[in-house]
Amino acid sequence: MHRRDLLKAALAAPLLIAGRAMAVPQTGTRLLVVFLRGAYDGASLLIPVSSDFYYRSRPTIAIPRPDPANANTAIALDRDWGLHPALRASMLPLWEKGQLAFVPFAGTDDMSRSHFETQDTIEMGQPIQARRDYRSGFLGRLAVQLGAERARVQPIAFTGQVPLSFQGGAPIPNIAIGGVGKPAVDARQAKLISDMYQGGPLGPSVAEGFAVEGEVYQTISTGMNVANRGAVSPKGFELAARRVGALMREQFNLAFLDVGGWDTHVGQGAASGYLSGRLAELGRGLAGFVDELEPAAWDETTVVVVSEFGRTFRENGDKGTDHGHGSVYWVMGGRVRGGRVAGDQGPVTEAGLNQNRDYPVLVDYRALLGGLFQRIYGLDPSRLEAVFPDARPRDLGLV
Amino acid sequence: MDRRAAAGLVAGLTALGAAMAGWAATTAESAGAAEPQAIALVNRVTWGATARDVAEVARLGPDRWLDAQLHPPQVDRLPPAVQAQIDAMPYLAVPMAQLVADANGQNAAINAIVDAPLKAAARQAYNKALEDAVRQAAARAILRDVYSPDQLKEQMTWFWFNHFNVHLSKANLRLMIGDYEDSALRPHALGRFRDLLEATLRHPAMLRYLDNADNAAGHINENYAREIMELHTMGVGSGYSQDDVQALARILTGVGIDPRPNDPQLPLQLRGQLIREGLFAFNPARHDYGDKTFLGRTIRGRGFGEVEEALDILCRQPATATHISRELAVYFVADDPPDSLVQRMSHTFQHSDGDIAQVLGVMFKSPEFRASLGTKFKDPAHFAISAVRLAWGDTPILNTAPVFAWMNRLGEGLYAHETPDGYAMIATAWNGPGQMETRFELARQIGSGGAGLFRADGATGPETPIVADLKTALQSTGLADTLSPAADAALAQATSPKDWNTLLLSSPDFMRR
Repeated sequence: MHRRDLLKAALAAPLLIAGRAMAVPQTGTRLLVVFLRGAYDGASLLIPVSSDFYYRSRPTIAIPRPDPANANTAIALDRDWGLHPALRASMLPLWEKGQLAFVPFAGTDDMSRSHFETQDTIEMGQPIQARRDYRSGFLGRLAVQLGAERARVQPIAFTGQVPLSFQGGAPIPNIAIGGVGKPAVDARQAKLISDMYQGGPLGPSVAEGFAVEGEVYQTISTGMNVANRGAVSPKGFELAARRVGALMREQFNLAFLDVGGWDTHVGQGAASGYLSGRLAELGRGLAGFVDELEPAAWDETTVVVVSEFGRTFRENGDKGTDHGHGSVYWVMGGRVRGGRVAGDQGPVTEAGLNQNRDYPVLVDYRALLGGLFQRIYGLDPSRLEAVFPDARPRDLGLV
Repeated sequence: MDRRAAAGLVAGLTALGAAMAGWAATTAESAGAAEPQAIALVNRVTWGATARDVAEVARLGPDRWLDAQLHPPQVDRLPPAVQAQIDAMPYLAVPMAQLVADANGQNAAINAIVDAPLKAAARQAYNKALEDAVRQAAARAILRDVYSPDQLKEQMTWFWFNHFNVHLSKANLRLMIGDYEDSALRPHALGRFRDLLEATLRHPAMLRYLDNADNAAGHINENYAREIMELHTMGVGSGYSQDDVQALARILTGVGIDPRPNDPQLPLQLRGQLIREGLFAFNPARHDYGDKTFLGRTIRGRGFGEVEEALDILCRQPATATHISRELAVYFVADDPPDSLVQRMSHTFQHSDGDIAQVLGVMFKSPEFRASLGTKFKDPAHFAISAVRLAWGDTPILNTAPVFAWMNRLGEGLYAHETPDGYAMIATAWNGPGQMETRFELARQIGSGGAGLFRADGATGPETPIVADLKTALQSTGLADTLSPAADAALAQATSPKDWNTLLLSSPDFMRR
């Protein structure tokens, strides 16, 4: 029997842990949201290679125009846009297969330029003009809407803390995916502990925790492709993303992952240097995720990569960039209609800047995500309204 | 969630409050057993109740005990065996400027090494030294949190670090973090907010972390200016504009770090404006001397005096009083504290010119605070420290490294929050399923002995596990009498002292303060 079949057989029978049955979701549709915390410099990822203004604005940190003879230049994607060369091995193949699209000029209408404020704005997913519920996130509301048929959704946050995005509904399990180990508390103690919490406000959270802990440990200790191929052991984000891939292949279908280190005020580098290293690691991680997921599941998966805002279009006095506005989002998946730069685009000129400082936002994050959810899940307008109140979903034809 | 159980709990607390009619009724004369609400008070105002604190509150009465916590003596009063451990830590004995100078010299020497393996080894030793500096600072903080009788001061030191957060991984902050905590924050932890704010502004850890060391006329970096307004004083959305942020950034130009022994070359007319104090420097050649409009006022360009004026303005904003008061109330009272309480605290803040002890006093003596006792979910630092205090409050541990590691695993490591906003102080940030699992795992580790607390650094061979007697400890604090029926029922099924400890530290009762 194939290893995978063994595992499937084990998982097909509902696992009874801490008195709660864990059902394998009946839908294969999977969604992963990756949050780049710290506001990554989108203009270094998707390079406006046809803009002279870009090269004038960034004397030391611009990525050079595409030059097939030089690997340290932008990779041409179309006439106007190029890809950072750090993503050549990991992301370019997906682009070429049409499974990866970029959406520039994407972001929020939050002009605070504060990391925390704008991260919270995105995670809450509520209109900023109205009074907001600070304990309610868009993924939490999505889980509630999908959970009307509970078997459809098996959510999880692959983070040390439950992120704001996932708050507000039923408790969502979270697991710090970098540091999973063998469960330490034995079954008898787990039962006694669960009993103490039963009926209290933390009862569901504790029961969910015991159930998920067992499942996650089983999958990542026996179900990882990378462990079976004699490759160099991945570390950091790549290891985390691979584990997420294995877990989303086997049981979870609505997930959140975050990665920090993007706040490049000083010395961000260009084709090589600090930011290049961060982008390379991100690309390796996402490629590893696709690898662990395997083709059948990848076909049913959508990944959205977001960040709170973009950075100043001009480089600052420290060879870095400061807090800006419009960002570049990524949409990937086995059936994504990618290989293109999607959504409205403005001119990349001085006159085209927002407040003469940064990219404007032409594609609202709630409209973009709402449009994707509409297609992926077939959500009707009332359910969509519950996930993103007062938003006008826009279908960019990506899925 | 069982609403009836929650309602019952609230009703019980209300009845208890009414029966006690406040703890003022408990006086020094009634020394001996402390009242349940006084025990709950101790459990909130300290890092976690120990028998010694409870005896102290019974001896002094709650009001005098609180007063002593609000006004601790200047000198540390650690048990000699604990103080001796701190005194033996070499990195804590060297002034920060010296540490940085030594490290810079070492760095230059390493860069000059040609032989690659030699260079790698030297680099490794250098990084190890930086790690050791952090570990020793953390060890001191943990020992103080566990063993100092001035518990409120130590909690407030943690609180202010979190409020004025810096992160250890930036540049050479690892050499500065201990000094930042000990000399910028801790002396002002219960003092005037204005002094505290300026102490952080003059510290190189802050200036490096939020990039103001790079902020100069013509090369504006507004990172620090923004966070001062958004996080440190007024709070986001409190009425200031992007123009105010930019004005403050200009005011802060030239405020930075200078590690060089000699003063910078300056034109004659600027020389009198130079300020140097250890690594801190105000360099007039980097300052923007133009006039600024900040929060509706004109600030005449004149050097560091502009910074003092801007800090005065910021500290007297009603928004600052409210923002700080609310944060204190979230930390000490409830995730969503009553506005009435926050308003009274804010009023005291404004009328005492930001006297932190007075603001805390108003809070501690409020009925809202009293009604909240026993209901605040412990953040990971409180969970870890309170467990060690309960288990080993009278027996100095020999190694704090495990405690440091637990807090990291629980997601609230010392000096480890990357972004300037600090850790969240509300339950939902800490009570997710994965986080609860980690607590249970650590409960087992702590409860079973052998966690490494009594194994000095560098010791070899297996540790002889010393199992804490939490049952006796809990009884001697009086907390045993307040356990819920569910916890009592689980503890009755414990099969060994280790098991009892694990279940107690895993119980919902122990998760609250």
